[in-house]
Amino acid sequence: MFEQHLAVLPVLLPLIAAPLVVLINKPRAAWLLSTLFVGACVYISFGLVSATMDGGALRYALGGWEPPWGIEMRVDSANAFVLLTVSVIATLVLLFAKESIASEVAHKQLPLFYSAYLLCLAGLSGILITGDAFNLFVFLEISSLATYTLVSLAADRRCLTAAFRYLVMGTIGATFILIGVGMLYMKTGTLNMLDLAERIQAVESHRTINTGLAFIMVGVSIKLALFPLHMWLPAAYSFAPSAVTAFLAGTATKVAIYVMLRFVFTIFGAGYVFEQMNMEIIVLVLALAGIFQCSFVATTQSNIKTLLAYSSVAQVGYIILGVSLVSLTGLTASLLHIFNHALMKAALFMAVGAVFYRMGSVQIIAFQGLGRRMPWTMSAFTIAGLSIIGVPLTVGFISKWYLVTAALEQGNWLVAFLVLVASLFAVVYIGKVIEAAYFKEPSEDADATKIKEVPVSMLIPMWLLVLANIYFGIDTSLTVSAATAGAEALLNGSSLVGGVQ
Amino acid sequence: MSLIFEHFNHWVVVILMMIGLYIVITANNLVKKVVGLNIFQSAVFLMYITMGKVVGGTAPILAEGVTQYSNPLPHVLILTAIVVGVATTAVGLSLVLRIKSAYGTIEENEFQNKEDVI
Repeated sequence: MFEQHLAVLPVLLPLIAAPLVVLINKPRAAWLLSTLFVGACVYISFGLVSATMDGGALRYALGGWEPPWGIEMRVDSANAFVLLTVSVIATLVLLFAKESIASEVAHKQLPLFYSAYLLCLAGLSGILITGDAFNLFVFLEISSLATYTLVSLAADRRCLTAAFRYLVMGTIGATFILIGVGMLYMKTGTLNMLDLAERIQAVESHRTINTGLAFIMVGVSIKLALFPLHMWLPAAYSFAPSAVTAFLAGTATKVAIYVMLRFVFTIFGAGYVFEQMNMEIIVLVLALAGIFQCSFVATTQSNIKTLLAYSSVAQVGYIILGVSLVSLTGLTASLLHIFNHALMKAALFMAVGAVFYRMGSVQIIAFQGLGRRMPWTMSAFTIAGLSIIGVPLTVGFISKWYLVTAALEQGNWLVAFLVLVASLFAVVYIGKVIEAAYFKEPSEDADATKIKEVPVSMLIPMWLLVLANIYFGIDTSLTVSAATAGAEALLNGSSLVGGVQ
Repeated sequence: MSLIFEHFNHWVVVILMMIGLYIVITANNLVKKVVGLNIFQSAVFLMYITMGKVVGGTAPILAEGVTQYSNPLPHVLILTAIVVGVATTAVGLSLVLRIKSAYGTIEENEFQNKEDVI
């Protein structure tokens, strides 16, 4: 029975669980229920990945209304891969959140937190699997509204202004996407992505389509925090509860990047966007500017959450850089880095969350001497940090390897060189934290007896991510084949048509 | 002149959109920012409704002697978008409420100094 509804379940399960969690209204039971439902999503995503591995697509007509009249859910190897990333991170963060969130959010608000978390996940999964451009906007707003709520739940009052700024920027971005979709509809009379892709070819380079492309690209760029439209991100990541930051860093911007890929490659077509509109030059320059500017700003921060937030913007730059190379290897590198960066950043933010749990601060001074007092947390931070830098035997190396290969394939020595130079910044900002943790004496006022390792329930998800960082850095067969299949599905629009469920 | 009258709806859309964005960017008061966002979104709603209109068409209801209808789909889409807009406004205003109780003000220039703005 579930078999035929497989494609829509990643949205339905969290959507059903969200109100249940509020009705139960007991933190422990709410956590258990959410974890069960999100865990089921992981299982389903695995099923979807294996079902689409051969290049086919699962199609599902919502409510039995056949497309193009009804809304269609379509899962191919590209979105199944991102969906798996999102649901795995969501589960691990939920395991981590049990202790971490309980210490940062008021007790009676905990069920509401889990509800918002599930709604956010439902929205993100919806964005990934929908085959309808307007439906994508609706899911985008569902996930965004839940995100604003999650960010505003922290105890620090600055989270409120951060959430408000995020709301203003996010709404403008989503409305820009809405305008763009409207312009496409004006010209083509359809909202189904496959129909759009077909009909746009006939009216290509009409002024309305060009304007629609511009609106959508700017709107999505705000959502994925592409430099210079990233200013909402550092504040939101710095002041949100630790678990929320780990979740957002691993999922929200990744899903927005997927939206950009879907619009550019499936709907508009790479030929139109890159050859006719020369979008790759703009995107390439912005990506490189983002990598350098934000990596530099990261080195100057003393708040470690802010430091990692700027690093996230820089890493988004790497992913977009891969897209702007417009080749199979480049796109594979982007999809790989979506997965890999989710692994490393979620682990890093969990480690920082663990430090906050014990020290009550994420300033660099709080990290001093922690190498001896919280050995497991700090070694997790160190390994994930090495991964950000791109040291061999970690996933970060694999991403950079493919990115540099893609640049060299096109004889683009400058880009390859700049990617490697930018890694030096990562050495500085990660090294700064590691130096404080291992080579500095603890600050005077810290009470030595109180500072000990965090509970095991926080260490397990953190270490699972760290081990995944190492495992996928050594055995790349699974991730690379999934990313290559995804990149092929995106580049080769015709493969989307096949494979009817 | 004809450029103005033939595209009257679109001019209204453009002007409202600019007013909305201008308020969002320049307003000092957070409630005004939310209102600005609302105006900005309303402009988009009007754009959608305009594109659904068919000259000479009536409301899409089955009736005798009527053969030409306006396109109902954009109108339905905008019903959804209006709901999204209302939800955004609600979340925005509740954030403003909490900012007021946490900072004691909702004027941006008054609390800018009290916090580490990033």
